[in-house]
Amino acid sequence: MKKVYGSAAEALDGLLFDGMSIAAGGFGLCGIPELLLQAIKEAGTQELTFASNNAGVDDFGIGILLQTRQVKKMISSYVGENAEFMRQYLSGELELEFNPQGTLAERMRAGGCGIPGFYTKTGVGTQIAEGKEHKDFDGETYILERGIVADLAIVKAWKADDTGNLVFRKTARNFNPPAAMCGKVCVVEVEEIVERGTLDPDHIHLPGIYVHRIIQGEHEKRIEQRTVRKREEA
Amino acid sequence: MPWDRNQMAARAAEELEDGMYVNLGIGIPTLVANYVGDKDITLQSENGMLGMGPFPFEGEEDPDLINAGKQTITELARTAYFDSATSFGMIRGGKIAAAILGAMEVAENGDLANWMIPGKLVKGMGGAMDLVAGVGRVVVVMDHTNKHGDSKLLKECTLPLTGKGVVDRIITNLGVLDVVEGGLKIVETAEGVTEDELRAATEATIVN
Repeated sequence: MKKVYGSAAEALDGLLFDGMSIAAGGFGLCGIPELLLQAIKEAGTQELTFASNNAGVDDFGIGILLQTRQVKKMISSYVGENAEFMRQYLSGELELEFNPQGTLAERMRAGGCGIPGFYTKTGVGTQIAEGKEHKDFDGETYILERGIVADLAIVKAWKADDTGNLVFRKTARNFNPPAAMCGKVCVVEVEEIVERGTLDPDHIHLPGIYVHRIIQGEHEKRIEQRTVRKREEA
Repeated sequence: MPWDRNQMAARAAEELEDGMYVNLGIGIPTLVANYVGDKDITLQSENGMLGMGPFPFEGEEDPDLINAGKQTITELARTAYFDSATSFGMIRGGKIAAAILGAMEVAENGDLANWMIPGKLVKGMGGAMDLVAGVGRVVVVMDHTNKHGDSKLLKECTLPLTGKGVVDRIITNLGVLDVVEGGLKIVETAEGVTEDELRAATEATIVN
């Protein structure tokens, strides 16, 4: 069981093909698999469908794959920070499927858990519900949403051991566990691969069963909105 | 005088009770955190955090620690982190007592529109649809009228909905209204604003 690879390109070798679907972790630019996205850009894979909460910014995150026109479709809840995204969407070059954020997270989780669909109140009576099955439970109306199973999941964690047990850090966890779970194959990039036995088994956020390939690398970890308070206010 | 942004936020803070878990939206709702005083309130950030703290001191920003508006924040002694599926599980599951959100339009039946204007830049609904469908109580903080003076409290929303019949209370610069059977009921007016002035600025049906 060799899961540790030397580079993002090596870890993705044999997994990429044109027209594939990819689930990506991250919220805004926080906890995004920046090294794997860069490697997908360099691999030049085309016609990608991304399930990802956001689409990055113009020159970071999934934005770098929009610049190279490698993305055919985005399944996202919020795409407001990316001008190139808007340009491609408005000109019809890029498909967009808006999902409510919790519905997207649950679609990934469900897909990874063998649940092909689930009912939710979210979006009932809105555009999101159009064309979807409606069903009443206990006097309330719900809509049917489908689980997502992606050809590949790309994920960023803080630490891993060589068996793929993962620990995330603060709000960089976000969509990473559900994205990891819904991939037929899951590749993870971490800041540090630690020796087996050093992670407390009680403190594993995602067990290695979901993780197939791991790389360690240097992360830029760009901040999108730097907000601070003055010392005097303390 | 109508309330300003901070007065609206202060009034919205009165909606919060000791022990509540609360989600605050972007804009004026974010300011509500400044007015909770001694009340024991736990703020949820839907990107995966309970117990959201204030902005960090300069130099202490952490790229792994942001709120749902993607701003750098801090943690508290009570903070817990979790993934997005768990986060929306607690939202959808009704564990969050209240959400305080902004709005573009509210209708007299509690319909809320706050995520898109057709033909304009569409950014997405983020977590708004999940929040209004799931939390215990939805309080909307918004200007009563648009820049042309037209009411944003309508008989029917004209914009695509975020949720149907989801709003419980509306706090505007002119006062506070509840969504009740048959329309909106005035709870109070801003200091110096009369009920007649509030009624005149409102398209939605006002019931007594």
